[in-house]
Amino acid sequence: MFDFVSFIPRAVGQGIPLLFGSTGEILTEKSGNLNLGIPGVMYAGGICGVIGSFYYEQSGDINGALAILIPLLCSLLGSLLMGILYCFLTVTLRANQNVTGLAMTTFGIGVGNFFGGSLIKLSGADVPSIALSRTSLYFSKSLPFADKLGVFGKLFLSYGFLAYAAVVIALVVAFVIKKTRIGLHLRAVGESPATADAAGINVTKYKYFATCIGCMIAGLGGLYYVMDYACGVWSNDAFGDRGWLAIALVIFTIWKSDVSIPASILFGGLYIIYLYIPTGMDHMEIKELYKMLPYIVTLLVLIISSMRNKRENQPPASLGLPYFREER
Amino acid sequence: MQKETAISIRGLSKSFGKVKANENIDLDLYKGEILALLGENGSGKTTLMNMLAGIYYPDKGSISVNGRTVNIRSPKDAFELGIGMVHQHFKLVDVLTAAENIILGEEGKLNIKEANEKIKAICDKYGFEVDPSKKIYSMSVSEKQTVEIVKVLYRGADILILDEPTAVLTPQETEKLFQVMRNMKEDGKAIIIITHKLNEVKAISDRVVVLRQGTYIGDIITEMSDEREMTDMMVGRKVVLNIERPLPVSPTPRIIVDKLNIKDVNGIYKIKDVSFEVNSGEILGIAGISGCGQKELLEAIAGLRKVESGSIRYIDEKGDAEELIGLDPRKINDMGVALSFVPEDRLGMGLVGNMDITDNMMLRSFRQGGSPFTDRKGPQELASNVVEELEVVTPGIDTPVRKLSGGNVQKVLVGREIARAPKVLMTAYAVRGLDINSAYTIYDLINNQKKKGVAVMFVGEDLDVLLQISDRILVLCDGMVSGILDGRTAAKNEVGMLMTRLGGKADE
Repeated sequence: MFDFVSFIPRAVGQGIPLLFGSTGEILTEKSGNLNLGIPGVMYAGGICGVIGSFYYEQSGDINGALAILIPLLCSLLGSLLMGILYCFLTVTLRANQNVTGLAMTTFGIGVGNFFGGSLIKLSGADVPSIALSRTSLYFSKSLPFADKLGVFGKLFLSYGFLAYAAVVIALVVAFVIKKTRIGLHLRAVGESPATADAAGINVTKYKYFATCIGCMIAGLGGLYYVMDYACGVWSNDAFGDRGWLAIALVIFTIWKSDVSIPASILFGGLYIIYLYIPTGMDHMEIKELYKMLPYIVTLLVLIISSMRNKRENQPPASLGLPYFREER
Repeated sequence: MQKETAISIRGLSKSFGKVKANENIDLDLYKGEILALLGENGSGKTTLMNMLAGIYYPDKGSISVNGRTVNIRSPKDAFELGIGMVHQHFKLVDVLTAAENIILGEEGKLNIKEANEKIKAICDKYGFEVDPSKKIYSMSVSEKQTVEIVKVLYRGADILILDEPTAVLTPQETEKLFQVMRNMKEDGKAIIIITHKLNEVKAISDRVVVLRQGTYIGDIITEMSDEREMTDMMVGRKVVLNIERPLPVSPTPRIIVDKLNIKDVNGIYKIKDVSFEVNSGEILGIAGISGCGQKELLEAIAGLRKVESGSIRYIDEKGDAEELIGLDPRKINDMGVALSFVPEDRLGMGLVGNMDITDNMMLRSFRQGGSPFTDRKGPQELASNVVEELEVVTPGIDTPVRKLSGGNVQKVLVGREIARAPKVLMTAYAVRGLDINSAYTIYDLINNQKKKGVAVMFVGEDLDVLLQISDRILVLCDGMVSGILDGRTAAKNEVGMLMTRLGGKADE
């Protein structure tokens, strides 16, 4: 019997980092920047939060508000720096976005593992991980009455505050892009920067802001993963390929962050479904096939959405292209 | 009628590198008038208008708007002065709606409903038809143009510049546009329209200003002039260039085009019912205003473009004919039909900027030979020959083509095509942007091919050159054959008339 009550909260927990990542990337791509550095940014966001909370925990007694604020700010700062780096290279210096993004992914993962390894050494633990359980307690704290509400409480109220923040941010981003003037200008920049420029929109400013804010949102995904999902345990490479899944989600949701809320949870579920499908001890290899599901679904969606060929469902027209005003 | 000046331009000059696009231009535009700006390709009309719209900044001279001297540094400055330009290539975001495009760049809270009402008011006032919630990508060309004009009006423009607005319109759409323009004129707006078509100038404008080679030639009141006078002003007096023109030696038909029809992606005819033949040992000049089908015609012959109907036959030396339509471009190429097309950006078609001269030569020969390795010796020799014979200025044959100057790039391109000893040579804009000496080198090359019995098709922008190098001139107008003239007896204004009006007849 498939155990939905324990499966869904796990799927949501898996989905939230993806939701942060895909929301950030959607915002970025709407400005015409294809940031393939998102996996690296999420690593950087995670490790910066870990560093902040590690030193705070070392300092002795901890206070709830600070235990949340310090890692949060460190994480935002770390991913903001990554965003500024990306923008400087691709917008100001007009470097190739794909190459820059891939390099940032390698760099971000390296930074994560380097500092993660250093902290593990510093903490002198005998396992290759750092446990920040005191901080994690604050991050994963759910509403006090959640336990009393039975199945409803478990399905909807059993998560830490960052999970709800992810949903709210996704909705806000979708609203801003769809309904406000800023969003209209942002879409114009991503579709046709020359047109936007001629209409008096500051293309560079929009690209910088969208990409940096997008990176900060994505970085929170890394923080959520360590502090809430993994119960404050950082071990190198544990975050895995979730960053790439977040980018796949952008295509899956056809650049809509509100659609990304159920889609992320679906992907989160697909990511761990192999644990819930009984295969028996004789056929462990089938589990490996189940792990392919999120990627297969993305491929299918990509094929279907390009076959439908509706203009609204296509990527922003100038995605990945640098903009020179002189080339008018 | 009392004349109030909207714009006055004094002594405006602009050059791009060595090329003087505009020199010392004076121009006045009055409120409530429609001014037609007339001139050949490359006479500097668009450059002049771009300076008013804030896209280019003048080197010299002054612009005053409503009597005040102004400095227009960006499109935004132009908006604020009430100058709006509708460019030939629309600046619209495809996935947004008409209304969203129109309000793009404005500040304040987004209120589509209010914008829709304002758009509707503008439409009612001047007689436009726009559905504000329709997406741009599902619109026809004329709808897009309407959106552009409404956008300019929405921003509160009193001075409108329309850059060849009718080039993309059907006659009915053109008439509708003219009606709207008359309504705007009634409202006291000043309008400048750039066009090549003399009948439209007559139909819509109050006054005509003629530019030629970047200089101001004069202005005339439309009613007091006729198309012949305008043509004369536009093309000027015959310039003597002294290009060699040997008599064709025993010309026999090489290419016979019969009732050719070509449609573009939008289903509009680019070439309609075109029939002509090209003889060996002869240069056929092809004249026409830009975008009237020259490119499509050459591409169809080279097998690069799908043909709607008609036939293109190639006759070899023995007199055997073969149909080219439906053949693979490579096969056509192997038969000896060479195309050297020099696009606006020169490198776009035919050469790879980052590859050196030798490698570019190899683009034509890499399929020859059976070995899996490429033969570099032949192309190297060819490259050295081209560099030597055409006096290409380059540090060596292993210099990337992108680093050469425009003229030298063109020499490499034309040299490569000629080196393959073609039977039919098509060149388009071979001397585009070249200085006079390089241009003469290219003319000599083409003449040498002619003497060898090659059938040459020469598409050019400069009528003087066309008149002096061609044995016959095919004039295209709107994708149709407007006339075929003898190059030795044709007069420049005759060609000019044929270019701007089918059959070249003066007013109806």
